This record gives sequence, structure tokens and C-alpha cells, in this order.
Amino acid sequence: MSGINVKNLALFGLVAVLFIVTGIMQSWNTTLSILNMGLISAVMALGVNIQWGYAGLFNVGIVGFTALGGLAAVLVSMPPVNEAWAAGGPRVLLALAIGVATIAAAVLCWTRLPRGWLRVLLMLAVLIAGFTLYRAVFDPARDAIESVNPAATGYLGGLGLPILLAWPVGGLFAAGAAWIVGKTALGLRSDYLAIATLGIAEIIISILKNEDWLARGVKNVNGLPRPVPFEVDLQAAPWFLELATSIGANPVSFSTVFVKLCYAGLFTTVLLLLIWLTQMALNSPWGRMMRAIRDNEVSSEAMGKDVTRRHLQVFILGSAVCGLAGAMMTTLDGQLVPSTYNPLRFTFLVWVMVIVGGSGNNWGAVLGGFLIWWLWIMVEPIGLWVMENVITAGMAEDSALRDHLIGSAAQMRLLTMGVFLLLMLRFNPKGLIPER
Amino acid sequence: MDVLNAIVVLANFVIVPATAYGAQLALGALGVTLIYGILRFSNFAHGDTMAFGAMVTILFTWLLQGWGVTLGPLPTALLALPLGIAVTALLLIGTDRVVYRFYRRQKARPVIYVIASLGVMFIMNGLVRFIIGVDDQRFADGERFIISARTFREITGLDEALAIRTTQGITLVVTMIAVALLFWFLGRTRTGKSMRAFSDNEDLALLSGINPEKVVIVTWIIVAALATTAGVLYGLDKSFKPFTYFQLLLPIFASAIVGGLGNPIGAIVGGFVIAFSEVSVTYAFRRFASHLLPEAWEPDGLVQLLSTDYKFAVSFTILLVVLIFKPTGLFRGKSV
Repeated sequence: MSGINVKNLALFGLVAVLFIVTGIMQSWNTTLSILNMGLISAVMALGVNIQWGYAGLFNVGIVGFTALGGLAAVLVSMPPVNEAWAAGGPRVLLALAIGVATIAAAVLCWTRLPRGWLRVLLMLAVLIAGFTLYRAVFDPARDAIESVNPAATGYLGGLGLPILLAWPVGGLFAAGAAWIVGKTALGLRSDYLAIATLGIAEIIISILKNEDWLARGVKNVNGLPRPVPFEVDLQAAPWFLELATSIGANPVSFSTVFVKLCYAGLFTTVLLLLIWLTQMALNSPWGRMMRAIRDNEVSSEAMGKDVTRRHLQVFILGSAVCGLAGAMMTTLDGQLVPSTYNPLRFTFLVWVMVIVGGSGNNWGAVLGGFLIWWLWIMVEPIGLWVMENVITAGMAEDSALRDHLIGSAAQMRLLTMGVFLLLMLRFNPKGLIPER
Repeated sequence: MDVLNAIVVLANFVIVPATAYGAQLALGALGVTLIYGILRFSNFAHGDTMAFGAMVTILFTWLLQGWGVTLGPLPTALLALPLGIAVTALLLIGTDRVVYRFYRRQKARPVIYVIASLGVMFIMNGLVRFIIGVDDQRFADGERFIISARTFREITGLDEALAIRTTQGITLVVTMIAVALLFWFLGRTRTGKSMRAFSDNEDLALLSGINPEKVVIVTWIIVAALATTAGVLYGLDKSFKPFTYFQLLLPIFASAIVGGLGNPIGAIVGGFVIAFSEVSVTYAFRRFASHLLPEAWEPDGLVQLLSTDYKFAVSFTILLVVLIFKPTGLFRGKSV
């Protein structure tokens, strides 16, 4: 481990102090909520750091990969809805298979046939015929599924497996989406990848919002199974009550803290595992090759490295980590709410974390994850306090401007994050914990 | 069979709205493409620049309306537009001074500019939300229609109606004026020519004594004018909501890339390509078909390729197709 020195330890210590002060000033429950999301943010920042720090790839579709992780949580863990499966399950699967086959056939047409107008016409014909067939099979099946008890289900449900299994599956989903984007946009200018990822994220979110048969769309999926015990069960368990009395805590409030601690334990395990893996990768021949490619693509190519292929590899890996984080987040929330996936809140905040923490350094990304998430939560109350007590202190109680300023204080977060990003990028572009 | 009615339906629901939307996208894409040509980066803050310009214009519109100044049948916002452009230009030049100039002197990689533009986007987005709030704002006034549905039916005696809203007409006229001015400026004036020279070959332009800082400032002023106009027209046509401008970023980028990044004519064509595909793919052709087909063949469904919720998927698909088959765009943009 190269990064252990006084300054870095002090930085992590400072973040720890921030969390502890929050615990003392507000409540431990709040601190643990922030900490849990901080852990997830740190995982996301690690994923982005793999792409940006190792290879200089610019991904602005993090929100989409995160949402795919959330979808995985639903599809793996929710119990299957048998009536819906009976109504149209196999037909939907058939329709999806037709869709995939159509695209495969079109690709075959394009790659195998000789150049010329015939090839273009044939490909278009395959696509149009395939799409018509797909809609003919898909539409009635979808309507049948969605009409099965729409208030409670109206979707196919999941596989009913343990939700922890959804975490790697979320990574796989995100990796698949990343492969599609990377295959088309990598190898072109760096800006194109950014725009393509922006697009795929928008599409993933709109699929989640509109395909009710898949995950109920904007009707949300609630009550996902939990990997940790419920508070109510804990409060009834004798061993837990004994534990609570032995440390002199109120069983009710202690149970919520205990559950959050369980989550924190799970997330920390994942985070530590990922840090270990990424550090190993970074210090392996593969990691050195990646950094060499990042620093000088031309000479790496001259050395016989396939730059685009390596970029695709690292792009998929990083996106998979984001998908994993997305599945973890949905597990923590216990529900999938597609309308909460806001690019400003996910994608761009994670970027602030990576840039502020230190691009290219895994510990930096983790530090940025904790620090920026804490700030993101705390800027609002702090901003409100500043507005009320400093800026509008001299104004009359009933002034309209005062009302407007206090009412808009919540919007200060974005502004603050933008200022952070620009200041860091300009005066300390290597971040709090630089690469070397 | 009723061809005339079918054409009117198509015009009313596809051609007229898509033309207005295409003009708005074209103006947005022109801004993106100019920044790309001169400053050589993709500006992610462009959507929020449009929102900012539109917001300033709305504030001036309210002020004018408060004074009782209106334009009669035209929306007052047109009167406030120059003021909005001026304030936005000041903001953009200020941003350039504070943020981008530093990286220009360092000769930073393009991706650093893009990240900086993300920061700028955050700040502009925050400013807009802070000043005007996150809610819908309607600021269109004056006459609502050039031809209303009822007048059209009375004049032509057809069953179907073609309504053209004032905002759609204004969008087209203003866009044509703006584009004509832009091309005149780029092609005929000394400053415009130096901008094109700078875009084609920076080193040669510097050798022949062109002042790069002046080129950059003029570019930002033009971008402010284009972005504010696009933002105001979109706001007049639909309604002003800060978040929708962020979502416009994808179709705008798609337009610019489809046409060829850095190429102004490409940006305009790209805007219309994206707008027409988006509207026609998500339009339900049932009524159109019912006029053309004999009764027995009338379709049961909506005859809609994709639901309107997927309109972003259309621009994205076109973008992917162009990136795969012709990464320089239809009109040979600058770069791969």
C-alpha cells in the first residue's frame, strides 16, 4: 500500500470526525444513514475511478448503470407473480427473443453480405419485419401481464432468490449495457463516449419508468426482501433485548441503529473487497499497462497494445461496479422508485467525488465518496442556517425577498457542488489524495 | 379515401410541430457546434445556458408586462429577448474569464474542459433554480393562434383542422433571421472570417495576426444569442421548466453530431432530422391511416411505433447509427 502517510490518514480522520460530530450534534441514527449512503457512494466513486483514473474514460451515464443495479434487485429478489407468468410470461420472453434475433440477423446481414444497396435494403427489411413481429407478440402479452391485479402487482415479479445475489447480477446488467455503449462509442473522440453514455442513461431510466410489466414503472416496487432482520423481530427477540439492556439502550431506538449497523457491515465488506481488488489490479502488470495507455496512447499502440479493446474492458469493469452499487442502494432503500434516478444527483455528484477525492487513486475516490456525500446532505441545513441567520438577518420578517431566499436555500446544493468541482479542478487538479 | 384530410392531419400533428421543434434544436445545436469549432470541446452546460437565458428573458418580460408594455399580438418576450441575450453574454464571458481561459492557457486536454463545463452546468442550474424556482412558468402572451382550428375548418370546409400557433410561426421566423444573420456574419465580416480561420487552423490563424481572445469573446456572445433565443422559443412553445432544458442536451448533441460537429449547416440539418424522426416515430398514425384506407382495413391500434416517453431513444438511436456508420456526420464535421 503506497498511500499510507500522515496527510492521508489525517484526511480520513477528518471525515471520521465529521461523521462523529454529526452523531453527537444530531443523532447516531442520522449519522449511520449518511454513512451507509456514503459507503455506497464510495463504491460508485471506485467504479468511476476505474474508468477515469485508470484509463481517462469519461462516463456520464452513471445514473443509468445504477438504475440497472436497482432493477436487478427487483428481478432477483421479489417473489414471482404466478398469475402474471401464466397470463403472458412465456410470450414476453418469446418477444424479447424475437427482438434479439432480429438485431443479430441485421448485424449478420451487414457483416456477411457484400457491400452495396442490396445489403442496406435487406438489413432494413429484416429490421422492419422483426419489429412488426416483435410488437405483434409483445403487445398482447404486455397488456395481459399488466392487467393482473394492477394495484398490487401487474408485473412478472422476480425470481424470489436472496437479495444479496442481486448485487453481482446488478453488476452483470450494467456490464451488458456498458458493452453496447462501449462497442459503438469507444475508439472515437472522448466526447462521444460522454454523449453516448448520457443517452443510454436517459433510455434506461425511461424504460424503468414506462415498462410496467418489468418492474411496475412509476408505480414503484415496494417491500423488497432484506438481507438483515426487521426491527420488529429484533424487538421481540430475547437475545436482542438482553443485549440492549446490557449496554443500557432503549430497545426500540437501538434496534434501528442495529439494523443500520448490519447494513454498514455488509457494505463495508463489499467496499473493502473492492478496494483490495482494485489495488491489486492497479499494481499488477495490467494496471501499469492501463496507465501507460492513458498517458500515451500512441506509444502504447506502437508497443502492440489494442487500445480500444483495453478501453472497452476497463469501461465494462467500471460500469459493473456502478451497477453493483446501484443494487446495494436499492437493497438499502427496500424499494425501487424510478423517478428518483436524477442524473444531477447521481452521475454528476459521483464525478465531484472522484475529482475532489483524487482521480487515479482508489483511496482518494473512497475519501471523496464519504466527504462529498456528507456535504451533500449537510449543505442543505447549513445553507438554510446561513440564509436565516447571516444573509437575511438584517431584513424585515415579512419581506418577500427573505421568504424567497429561505425557500430557495435547498437549491444551494447544486451551486455549492459546482463551485467545489471548479475550485478543485483549477487549484488542486490531482485531488485531495493524488495518484502518486 | 380522403387524401386532403389525411394531409391536413399529418401537417397538424407532425409537420408543423416538428418544424418548430427542429428550428429550436437547430439553434441549440448551432451553439454547441460553434463552441466545438472554436473552443474545441463539447459544452455540457449548453442546456442550462439556454435555461438561464430564457429565465432572464422571462424576468424582463414580467417587468415589461408590469409596466404595461406589450407587443400587441406578438409575445412580449420578443421585446425582452435582447436584454436576455445581453445578460447571458455577460455571464458567459465572465465564465470564460473565470473558468475556461485558465485551461486554454495551459493547453489542457479537451476532456478537462468538458469536466469544467460540468461544474459550470451545476452552477447555472443552481442559479436558475435559486432565482426562479423549479416550477413551470408560462410567459407567452399576445395572440394564441395564427390560424385556429375553427377558422381553418370554416375556410376550407374540411373535417380535419390545421392549427398553427403564434409561437410556432415566431419560432420559424426568428430562427430564419438568426441563421441568416449568423451566416452573413461568418461569411462576410472580417471578424466572422477570422473565426472560421481560427476554427480551421489555429496556428495559421495566430500567424496571420488574429487575436484569439477576441475570437473567443465574439464566439461566446454569439453562443449567448443563439442559446437564449433557442431557450426562449422553446419556453414560449412549450413552457419554461428548468429541468427540461437539461434533458434537451441529448437531442441537441445528437443534432450537432448527426450534422457533423463544428459544421453550422450540419447543425441545422441535424436539428430537423432529429426533430422529424422524434415526432414521426412517436406519433400515432391511426387517424392519418383511417382517412387513407378503406373502412374495412382501418387499424385497431394506435399505429404508433414508440410511445412518446421514448422520444429520447429516437435521438439516441440516430446518434448511435451515425457514430457506427459515419462518425464525422452527414456534412463532414471536424473530427472523429
